[in-house]
Amino acid sequence: MLGSYRAELLKLRKRSAVWVLFGAGLVLSLIFGYLLPYLGYVTGDENPQTDGIPRSEVLRGLLPERVMDNTIGGFPVFAGALALVLGAIVIGGEYTWGTLKTILTQRPGRGAVLAGQLLGLLTMVAVWVLGIFVASALCSIGIAATESAPMNWPGPLDLLEGLAGGWLVLTMWCLAGAVLAVAFRNVALPIGLGVVWILGIETLLAGVVSSLLPDLEFLSDALPGANAGALVFSVTGMLATDAPPGVRDAVGGERALLTLLGYALAFVALALYTTRRRDIT
Amino acid sequence: MSETAAPPVQVTGLTKRYGDTLAVDGVDLTVHPGEVYGFLGPNGAGKTTTLRILTGLIAPTSGSVRVLGGSPGQPQVIARTGSMIESPAFYPYLSGLDNLRVLAEYAEVSRSRIQEVLRLVDLADRARDRFSTYSLGMKQRLGVAAALLKDPELVILDEPTNGLDPAGMRDMRRLIRELGADGRTVLLSSHLLGEVQQICDRVGIINDGRMVAEHNVEELRGQQELVIRAAPLESARSVLNGVLGPDAVHLYDDTLRAKVAPDRAAEVNRLLVEAGIAVSELRNTERELEDVFFELTTSEEEKAHAG
Repeated sequence: MLGSYRAELLKLRKRSAVWVLFGAGLVLSLIFGYLLPYLGYVTGDENPQTDGIPRSEVLRGLLPERVMDNTIGGFPVFAGALALVLGAIVIGGEYTWGTLKTILTQRPGRGAVLAGQLLGLLTMVAVWVLGIFVASALCSIGIAATESAPMNWPGPLDLLEGLAGGWLVLTMWCLAGAVLAVAFRNVALPIGLGVVWILGIETLLAGVVSSLLPDLEFLSDALPGANAGALVFSVTGMLATDAPPGVRDAVGGERALLTLLGYALAFVALALYTTRRRDIT
Repeated sequence: MSETAAPPVQVTGLTKRYGDTLAVDGVDLTVHPGEVYGFLGPNGAGKTTTLRILTGLIAPTSGSVRVLGGSPGQPQVIARTGSMIESPAFYPYLSGLDNLRVLAEYAEVSRSRIQEVLRLVDLADRARDRFSTYSLGMKQRLGVAAALLKDPELVILDEPTNGLDPAGMRDMRRLIRELGADGRTVLLSSHLLGEVQQICDRVGIINDGRMVAEHNVEELRGQQELVIRAAPLESARSVLNGVLGPDAVHLYDDTLRAKVAPDRAAEVNRLLVEAGIAVSELRNTERELEDVFFELTTSEEEKAHAG
């Protein structure tokens, strides 16, 4: 399986689409996490990021002590959608290019090939998370230095918890994209369905349930997006008023963690079952 | 290369059904160690489906399939088999070299082998170019390079000369002959019958999912014939029927075809001339594999329509 993993890393490293998606996630994180709030702070104008928040609190939100909020705050929705696209293009591409048959006629079995692919994706997601964290930390340092504000960092355990939580959120969405790609043997359809789910349907369902069908809230609280938001809310410890879209305390942190792990394992199991049993035509 | 006592490929009663469609229907096929075996058939006859089953890409509906003593798709079998099934499929954003590096990682073979196979298929000069910029022939050669990466005992090639220019086809023929001469077993499908006739030791012909013949190439082409163009043709036929027997002579394209040894051509000529028949052409011919192929894969209705 090590050979499959190394092969996957080589493919991922050389694929420009992987870095374009990472770049998009990074730029979105920095624009919504730092640029817009900082512009609001400097100019005193209100924008959606600073609306109704005292200036001192706006600045505080940009300093190193809140770096984890800005690193993973966008993961449940925007970065999650990008991670889903990553999973779909990497796994779906093997079907659309016909390369799956080429690699399955090398040496490893189907399980080992898929395991290598998924481990490669999980590694790439870790690179994304670390990349966004480093960029966010640099922005925080820059703003703190410019504004002569204190440079207090979260504790190492808090940082680790935040990074691991963010990684799990993106991993779950990435695996969702991967399993959809296996199911549809395609790239476009999984992306379409997955992104519509993340950006629209789940929010719509949660809204309908909370306003019209409160008895069914246990169902909406079991959805992947709700748990992704709850985990980020829990590991960052942010205030509900500061929370970006998709981040809320729908369920407790521990339950969110277990639910996301459950989704991730279920997606892997489904992908493995389908890949091992199906004819490659 | 390790010795394999059993036939490298042994297929018995192989069937593959897709819903109501029977793609492969009770195929028996045996490829002996070290031989170059040609697998022939019209488009849609079941060739690629059979090859996919042999490489473990699809599962048979029924029947027994043994490849290198194991089941198709087992890692230890795949590790000793090199294959290119249908069109060569690679990552378009990677160079030919990087594509082979990726496959070398999967196959767990050394990187030095990559340069060897690139030289074998004459692609070393363009190895650093993106796969998406390759011509069809270059893609085909990269596919063969990938099939040879593991230095396999059994090589399965599906239409390896597709898209190659005449020089490329000649090189591919040479390469396949060399593979066979090295003691490897080669199973190749093709619809270029002249190619198969030149390269293969034995051929199997599949039509509508059924194996209609499996023979040595020479056996399949059968005995030589004498082509006779004479006037009047019917009189010539009567004369020869009288001497050679009624089944030995048949009419074909305004000529007579007589199943006689080549050294009897002079005797046939003398008999016809003595009977007052004008002979304008007399030559020996062998049935080409193509003739046999069309005979076996064309229905009576199609033959009548073509005629």
